[in-house]
Amino acid sequence: MARAAAGGSHKEAPAAAGPRTVLAYLIRRLFAVLIMVLVVLLATFTVFYMLPKWAGQDIAVLFAGKATGAEQIEGIRTKLGLDQPVLVQFWDFVKGIPLGRDYANGADVTHCPAPCFGYSFVTEKPVWDTLKEAMPVTGALAAGAAILWLVAGVATGVVSALRRGSLWDRAAMVGALGGVSLPVFFTGMVAMGIFVHNLGWIHIEDGLNTDDSIGVWFETLLLPWIVLALLNAAMYARLTRATMLDVLGEDYIRTARAKGLGERAVITRHALRSAMTPILTVFGLDLGALLGGAVLTESTFNLPGLGLAAVQAISSHDLPVILGVTLFAALAIAVANLLVDLLYAVIDPRVRLG
Amino acid sequence: MTELHKTGAAVGEPVATATPTAFLEVRDLKVHFPTDDGLVKSVDGLSFQLEKGKTLGIVGESGSGKSVTSLGIMGLHTAGQYGKRKAQISGEIWLDGRELLSADPREVRRLRGREMAMIFQDPLSALHPYYTIGTQIVEAYRIHHDVDKKTARRRAIEMLDRVGIPQPDKRVDNYPHEFSGGMRQRAMIAMSLVNNPELLIADEPTTALDVTVQAQILDLIRDLQKEFGSAVIVITHDLGVVAELADDILVMYGGRCVERGPAEKVFYEPRHPYTWGLLGSMPRLDREQQDRLIPVKGSPPSLINVPSGCAFNPRCPYADVPKDNVTRTVRPELTEVGGRHWAACHMTQEQRERIWTEEIAPKL
Repeated sequence: MARAAAGGSHKEAPAAAGPRTVLAYLIRRLFAVLIMVLVVLLATFTVFYMLPKWAGQDIAVLFAGKATGAEQIEGIRTKLGLDQPVLVQFWDFVKGIPLGRDYANGADVTHCPAPCFGYSFVTEKPVWDTLKEAMPVTGALAAGAAILWLVAGVATGVVSALRRGSLWDRAAMVGALGGVSLPVFFTGMVAMGIFVHNLGWIHIEDGLNTDDSIGVWFETLLLPWIVLALLNAAMYARLTRATMLDVLGEDYIRTARAKGLGERAVITRHALRSAMTPILTVFGLDLGALLGGAVLTESTFNLPGLGLAAVQAISSHDLPVILGVTLFAALAIAVANLLVDLLYAVIDPRVRLG
Repeated sequence: MTELHKTGAAVGEPVATATPTAFLEVRDLKVHFPTDDGLVKSVDGLSFQLEKGKTLGIVGESGSGKSVTSLGIMGLHTAGQYGKRKAQISGEIWLDGRELLSADPREVRRLRGREMAMIFQDPLSALHPYYTIGTQIVEAYRIHHDVDKKTARRRAIEMLDRVGIPQPDKRVDNYPHEFSGGMRQRAMIAMSLVNNPELLIADEPTTALDVTVQAQILDLIRDLQKEFGSAVIVITHDLGVVAELADDILVMYGGRCVERGPAEKVFYEPRHPYTWGLLGSMPRLDREQQDRLIPVKGSPPSLINVPSGCAFNPRCPYADVPKDNVTRTVRPELTEVGGRHWAACHMTQEQRERIWTEEIAPKL
């Protein structure tokens, strides 16, 4: 057998990134997330607690309400620690998140269990409880919509790319433009008007509870999912179409065909695999941003998620809740970013962590 | 395969009969692309024959139609050209007694990779970056063989070994970016040969490689051809490459064949001014004294408005040798200038012989 002319310089196969490098990378990145959250914390703390003070507003009064007597207000001031220096206040707040915190005015002690983000000015409930109640709603809304828009958007984009210039392609792209352009509060209102009020096909529960059955959740979230997905699917369809057209022109697609591979496998195994990389990047970031609260959708459909909590907190000057939601949103985006980077290394073997 | 076929001419004037005698026979192949600017006639009436175990070198400048020809044989102009305007292809391509252009596309797809395989110019972009070398070879094998993954993997390792990749059982799990350029091209060759194809088309197989690696890859192709006995088409703009490999040479200009014949004839008794130009622009190491290289003046012709008459006439220093402006009005046909040696030129044989021996050859 003619064992062909070997030779040529042979490079040792580069060692694949071992679990240790990945772990080190992960620790480094998590540390960075922590730092980022602290910075966000500092910024939001400054904005929400210090600005009213500088503007001459008294947080103790905000908490107590205007009709309260001067003595009580002083009591609240001591209890919330508002008489302390700013740095002490900030430190107490940061410390309270992992350790919990005691608010004390003499013998009057209120324990705020970890994670403590303080108490709502309006409901006087711990902020964490508000966040805990809102998270499942936002989570369910985001997850359902994300699956819908990813599947619909990518499928539309792929078909458009494969039938470039066809009637389908043009219609889909015009539809996509419309989807991108129409705001959620418009499409949401129209959808509700038709399906809830006019046709009566869907019954929407006013507000959602963890006690409600899955059926109620599903029915209530169906329109919000579709409306939110429509907005994003449009963008994903355009993105998918563009990347697919790029990838289909690659040499390795021609190679796949030259091997005798069927067109379906060429599209899914070879083209779509490559096209998914940028799509998943955007997807991770979009999902992260959405987990911090879909403000418009939740407001339109009156869903008690983080977005609605934020809106209500803002309109009632409920500073601790605003701070809590903001922090959570920042954390969601930071973690989503990290996950996307990790996922990237899984999808694309050329990407090295470290 | 009968004796007759084996000894038959690898390159010859196509015979206008329905039954081809050669293993691969291309008859009057035309590949035209409609564009906004007009019809691009990338290949415009090309014919050749190729026998098993023989190598045909197709030579020409960029845009002369070399690659378009090879993709045409593979049927890759029609497969998956989404939303693009379809290429217009006519003529006949006979492979082992089957006509491919009129065949069912599914039938042609089954032949791709199994009976005819292709090596591409840049192995880095021609291999999928997200799959290991092994996965890609295994895929190529399993399309045409109903075997489990383990068997296919053994086959992949065997092929990598055969093309000279050290430690093939380890390297099989590497990704293309973990290979050097030469190794990648070896892997590409392993992938294209995994199904023992009877026709191998190498489209500029060494252009993207280091000069030192080029010779190794050419040796490899030659060795493997001997081993597998396949027919090979090497497409290149580098006459040095075909000098090493080819039994026959086909020179393309403006989508047409201007000269073809046995390699030694085309190298030592070329009968077309464009071939002279190519030879003059080729560096030679086998001469003691090297004059400056002489480039072919001008640029390749537009394939939308191909010059009338002889397509080479605007760049040809001898365009006015034939009388009555005939080079600019009448397209020259291929005529036999010797045994199995054809050229398309208006000059008489005597004129060309004189110019070659007196003016061109001494300068090379």
